[in-house]
Amino acid sequence: MSPRGRRVMSRACALLLPRVCAALADPRQSGPDDTCLEKLLDWFRELREAEPSVKLLRDNPCLTKFFSSVLALPEPEPSILSFTLRLAGIVAAAEDSFVHLQRLELLTRLFGEDGPLNRAAWEDASVRSGWVEGVHSMVQHQSALNFICSAGGIDVIFVLQGDPSLFVASAARWLLVHLLTLSVGSKLTVPLDAKDCEWPACAHMIIKHIEDSLQSNSASQVKQSVKLLTSLFGSCQAPWTKVLWLGIEKQVESFLTEDSVQAQHVLVDLLLNMARSPVFYEDSFWALVTSALERFTPVQSGALAAGILRFYLCPQVVKIKALTVLLQPMECILRAASLDYSGLLDESVSDPSAVESLLSSKSSCASFLCQILGHLKELLSVERVLLPVNLPCASLLCSVLTILLFCNGFLIPASPLGSKISQILVDCFRVQKSALDVLAALSDCKCTDTTVRSLFDVLLAYLESPNSTPTVLKKSFKATSNWLKNFSSISFLKNKQQTEKILQDVFLVLQKRLCSPCWEVRDSALEFLTSLITSLADLDEFRQFLLSSEMPKLTENLLEDPESYVRASAVTAMGHLVYINYVFIPESRVAGSQYSKEKTVAKLQEILSTDPEVFPRRAVMSIFTMWLKQSCTGQLEETEQFVSMVVQTAARDLDWEVKLGCLELVQIFCTYMFCQLGLPECFYAPDSSAVTSSIHQNKPLQMFCRTNLFSFLFQSLCDCDKPVGQKACDILRTLRSEFWQSSTTDSQGTGDLPAGHGIHWLQRTLRQGSLVQNFPTDDGSGVDFQDPESMMLALRTIDLVELHNDLNKGSDYVEKSPQSLLEDILATVGTVEENEADCY
Amino acid sequence: MKLYCLSGHPTLPCNVLKFKSTTIMLDCGLDMTSTLNFLPLPLVQSPRLSKLPGLVLKDGSTFLDKELKECSGHVFVDSVPEFCLPETELLDLSTVDVILISNYHCMMALPYITEYTGFTGTVYATEPTVQIGRLLMEELVNSIERVPKAQSASTWKNKEVQRLLPAPLKDAVEVSMWRKCYTMPEVNAALSKIQLVGYSQKIELFGAVQVTPLSSGYALGSSNWIIQSHYEKVSYVSGSSLLTTHPQPMDQASLKNSDVLILTGLTQIPTANPDGMVGEFCSNLAMTVRNGGNVLVPCYPSGVIYDLLECLYQYIDSAGLSNVPFYFISPVANSSLEFSQIFAEWLCHNKQTKVYLPEPPFPHAELIQTNKLKHYPSIHGDFSNDFKQPCVIFTGHPSLRFGDVVHFMELWGKSSLNTVIFTEPDFSYLDALAPYQPLAMKCVYCPIDTRLNFIQVSKLLKEVQPLHVVCPEQYTQPPPSQSHRTDLMIDCQPPPMSYRRAEVLTLPYKRRYEKIEIMPELADSLVPLEIKPGISLATVSAMLHTKDNKHVLQLPPKPPQPPTSKKRKRVSDDVPECKPLKPLLSGSIPVDQFVQTLEKHGFSDVKVEDTAKGHIVLLQEAETLIQIEEDSTHIICDNDEPLRVKLRDLVLKFLQKF
Repeated sequence: MSPRGRRVMSRACALLLPRVCAALADPRQSGPDDTCLEKLLDWFRELREAEPSVKLLRDNPCLTKFFSSVLALPEPEPSILSFTLRLAGIVAAAEDSFVHLQRLELLTRLFGEDGPLNRAAWEDASVRSGWVEGVHSMVQHQSALNFICSAGGIDVIFVLQGDPSLFVASAARWLLVHLLTLSVGSKLTVPLDAKDCEWPACAHMIIKHIEDSLQSNSASQVKQSVKLLTSLFGSCQAPWTKVLWLGIEKQVESFLTEDSVQAQHVLVDLLLNMARSPVFYEDSFWALVTSALERFTPVQSGALAAGILRFYLCPQVVKIKALTVLLQPMECILRAASLDYSGLLDESVSDPSAVESLLSSKSSCASFLCQILGHLKELLSVERVLLPVNLPCASLLCSVLTILLFCNGFLIPASPLGSKISQILVDCFRVQKSALDVLAALSDCKCTDTTVRSLFDVLLAYLESPNSTPTVLKKSFKATSNWLKNFSSISFLKNKQQTEKILQDVFLVLQKRLCSPCWEVRDSALEFLTSLITSLADLDEFRQFLLSSEMPKLTENLLEDPESYVRASAVTAMGHLVYINYVFIPESRVAGSQYSKEKTVAKLQEILSTDPEVFPRRAVMSIFTMWLKQSCTGQLEETEQFVSMVVQTAARDLDWEVKLGCLELVQIFCTYMFCQLGLPECFYAPDSSAVTSSIHQNKPLQMFCRTNLFSFLFQSLCDCDKPVGQKACDILRTLRSEFWQSSTTDSQGTGDLPAGHGIHWLQRTLRQGSLVQNFPTDDGSGVDFQDPESMMLALRTIDLVELHNDLNKGSDYVEKSPQSLLEDILATVGTVEENEADCY
Repeated sequence: MKLYCLSGHPTLPCNVLKFKSTTIMLDCGLDMTSTLNFLPLPLVQSPRLSKLPGLVLKDGSTFLDKELKECSGHVFVDSVPEFCLPETELLDLSTVDVILISNYHCMMALPYITEYTGFTGTVYATEPTVQIGRLLMEELVNSIERVPKAQSASTWKNKEVQRLLPAPLKDAVEVSMWRKCYTMPEVNAALSKIQLVGYSQKIELFGAVQVTPLSSGYALGSSNWIIQSHYEKVSYVSGSSLLTTHPQPMDQASLKNSDVLILTGLTQIPTANPDGMVGEFCSNLAMTVRNGGNVLVPCYPSGVIYDLLECLYQYIDSAGLSNVPFYFISPVANSSLEFSQIFAEWLCHNKQTKVYLPEPPFPHAELIQTNKLKHYPSIHGDFSNDFKQPCVIFTGHPSLRFGDVVHFMELWGKSSLNTVIFTEPDFSYLDALAPYQPLAMKCVYCPIDTRLNFIQVSKLLKEVQPLHVVCPEQYTQPPPSQSHRTDLMIDCQPPPMSYRRAEVLTLPYKRRYEKIEIMPELADSLVPLEIKPGISLATVSAMLHTKDNKHVLQLPPKPPQPPTSKKRKRVSDDVPECKPLKPLLSGSIPVDQFVQTLEKHGFSDVKVEDTAKGHIVLLQEAETLIQIEEDSTHIICDNDEPLRVKLRDLVLKFLQKF
């Protein structure tokens, strides 16, 4: 069934619907689960979109009957009542349906004062939520808007903004935004002054409510209105929003200084949403932002600053202020450590004592620092060219290093603030992790030799420290790896001795970490090793160090680690080690040399065929693929053997990712073979004899047959995991287009395979998806997947495009039909009678 | 309440508490760091050690060259190692009533106390503490006695001579207190004075105080102690751990509401996290063995070694070390490994449950069964036949001055392939290695100290809230090597009271109450009078009977019968004579009403003056003063007794009698 076809109610569904409605309205039935009801609502939404008129109600009188029945129940189930409200809202979204329902006086009983508002069921949050959602769906036209505004519904929504259920409160807020934007519409001509503005009645009520709330002394009301404004400005960028803002600007501005309201955190979101809207790009707005940066507490101003810095259109002055806010705690850290802090800040934005007091308090120091470091990390992860300001990276680096020194207790502070901070931060893993993240993000910054030296001192101290937790170690490895990747750009490391010293220290600690009893550490150490190999392979000193160290031997040992993640990482590291050995040391290609590829291939092949866990097997597959991609699998013949062996093993694997990996390898192999052997010359051969003879000269085809690729590909087509089938299908389609680019041969030789299991059988089997079970193997009577002629025939005959479409369909496409849904609901709720009989 | 501090070592404490009428010694730790000043005792003749040059003083004199030897710039005493004893002069130790032992490391000075000071009391300790303590003592005595040293050095101890010596000998303290090791008979005699106790068992001491051991979580059978009377509670916390290792977890709840908490035995390496150190230990061990080297682990025969073996049990297969032999060499190795398996009730919950499976609680049993771990009493005998390299050897003593470890230091010290890994925190590893320098062997310091660190102490104190904390002075300031680490000290309010060796502290707590029992017959005779809602008073006339620190109020003797005959009273009938008691008064006198009453009774010229303490009622005509204060009333009138009696009766009308 096409998606479009599903929007019109089928006859079968129309017949089922009255029974479903009756069952749902029956208080004796235990209602279906929420998922079914949600699916039912989705279906009605689709129906309404396809037929936005009263026809839906007229054709299905059971719906109005259902509404009446539910309303007549003394104590309806909250979930059913909620469903009813939402369904009524969806139906009433069409104006003539709305009129129809109103004529039947159903709407007042559903959404007006006579409805659930004043019934006990209102206590249930799902009913309130259903009411809000129903109103939201319904108010798509002026009639519904007038109905809600005149029937006192708007006051209900105002109250629901403060609902104890956060879902209801949030839905009420978004409903008000919707009502406001619908009410104002596009007709309003924007006056110059807010006072001259004649708002439509509904908009006027909402705006008046916002103004009154902002002027009230109630913190909760102020927060509700600020949140409402935040949602409004975030979703609507019409010019009238500016007029609305002008009316309340002064009041909002006053909250920057008033502590009593405590609305700073909601104001941050408001200002950030306003900054996204072009209607507010005026000096007065940026002045307000500047004022907020100055007056907010460091925690709030940090969040605002981090947001503001992402806006490219923000004036430079404001950006500098925002950056200063984020750098102020860093400067305070340098000052506390009595270090030279020139270059980080020219002036303070807000009172430095507020930052100092946050940093010297045990309860706030770590979380405040983590927050600021988090903002800085995000900022550093943005492409530098997109950043509106230049970050003082060198000074920032110093401050981050200082934090890390505080955290491991190495820094002897000379100031009282320093000793307080030191006391709080010692062994604080949270701050260590955040600071190491920033350190890693700073790795492309230019700095002096002295700084780089202290940077590596700090990193090595963390890598060596027995107190470093596995996560801290992982982050230390990441930072070290990032910095070492920039070897060429760090002048300090151009000095051969320095490089060797650092590498020596790093290798020593890495060696120890590879022997750690904690598997997370061994895993991170192997990942670090892989990262070093991939990024530093070109560096002679590094390769010499690596290949003469204990590292290859230790990595090889870890291929037998009891932890599967470690084995997987060891496989990856070993694969890269062999690769650089192969590329840079030609003599290692000789079989029997210490780290020869053959030895490792055999080991990895063993893992692929015997490892009980999937991660190492998946890792082996990625390494084999990487090798093939990088052409380090040897000569043509060697590569053929290699692929044949891998395919043979992977075909038996039960893990879909391993198979998918193998299919990727096959794909690369095919491309590689076409490049190596060239495409077959006689694609356009007109007659069958020519085809047959060309087949025999088609070297890639013969090679694919020899390596048993077709067998693997056709088996994969019927794999129970869909991605495997899809990938196999893609590859076969590519092969088909490579081998058969001409449609002239379409009529050639279908069904003329010798034995009982011909192409028809293959086609049929593929359709049934049972190839794996029925696959003929060695009895000679089945499809010969190694026979080039048969395979060419198969490629041409089987409708791979249709197969591809079928595979792309969701596995539940049959069960997803509305009819099936209605039947499901009936099956769930319609069992009561039988049960009753049983009970009796 | 006084505390006599006999040891300056914070983790090897020896304090004496005088509480009520009892004298209680809390632990008797032996400071063995003094042995670091001595040359090692090699099991086989060491040409290197025997060729060390004698000390030549700056002035060229050589009279100490037989006693003191030089090695790589350090000077060592060439004699049997000696230990620094707790103070014995601060108080007469024969007056000590009981000794409470916290754990097996804190009882190593016991023979010196029980056998040399005239001690006649009882020692209390748990069974594992005694058994493992015996093993430690046995190993110590054995290690020293099996290498007899003819020479004894004492000249250098002369104060005049000591001044001339290089550091650290010059600065060694209390050298006159240093003593040679005790003997096995002394150990046996000392241990025979121990009475075994179980956790939470209440032991009465002379009726005056009650002592109770609580699990401290640090070692097998390790305890903290509660010493309490009816109204006072002193907690003694020594060597406790909150980490999940093999012993039963620490009982914190019972330490609540202490008046005084004496806190000793915190971790000696506060910056080293035990988990990290175990990781470090395993990594270095694996690295060395993989490179073909041997690993030497100087350790005590009990304690952390159980945890290390458990870690290795889990680690060796994953690290590919299954074929590497692990040797445990100690005269008590076998007993230690076996004892650990039989103290199930003293183990953590996980290990206790294993016993019911039944499985041995510690996995080292399996290591022994599979021949991965082998144990020997010494390097002689079977060991020399089985010895294969590369291997890992656990052996004592961690000071590297005696025991089989000396042999392996000499044997493996020259190769950089080998590694010595220090896991015991009691000795500075650099000082321990000094007589072996120059050393090619790699040295790794992984001190594993599971005792409380300062963060845990801070949480503990917040939890148990003692009124006063008393601790060694080392805990009230950051460690000297890390003076900026103010987080490495005890931080509590009020600040802790600190002590040092040879100091006597008067504990900041005054006893205010004593419990007295009332005999039922006497209680029956009391007539309480409610003077305020909820408060009743009664006068008691009774005889206080005190015996074994218990006080009982008994019925007073009956008033003497008038002599019916002229028969002389017998001496035994001579009981104290009870005078009839005047009633007690309570209540207050409302001045206004009192004045009105006076006026009613004809006193017309009543004048009231307010004073600082109450009022003065002045009867001018009668020249009489009535001074009314909070706790007294005086009627001052000159020689007019009837008037005084009249006024007294008026005053009494306002008061209650009982």
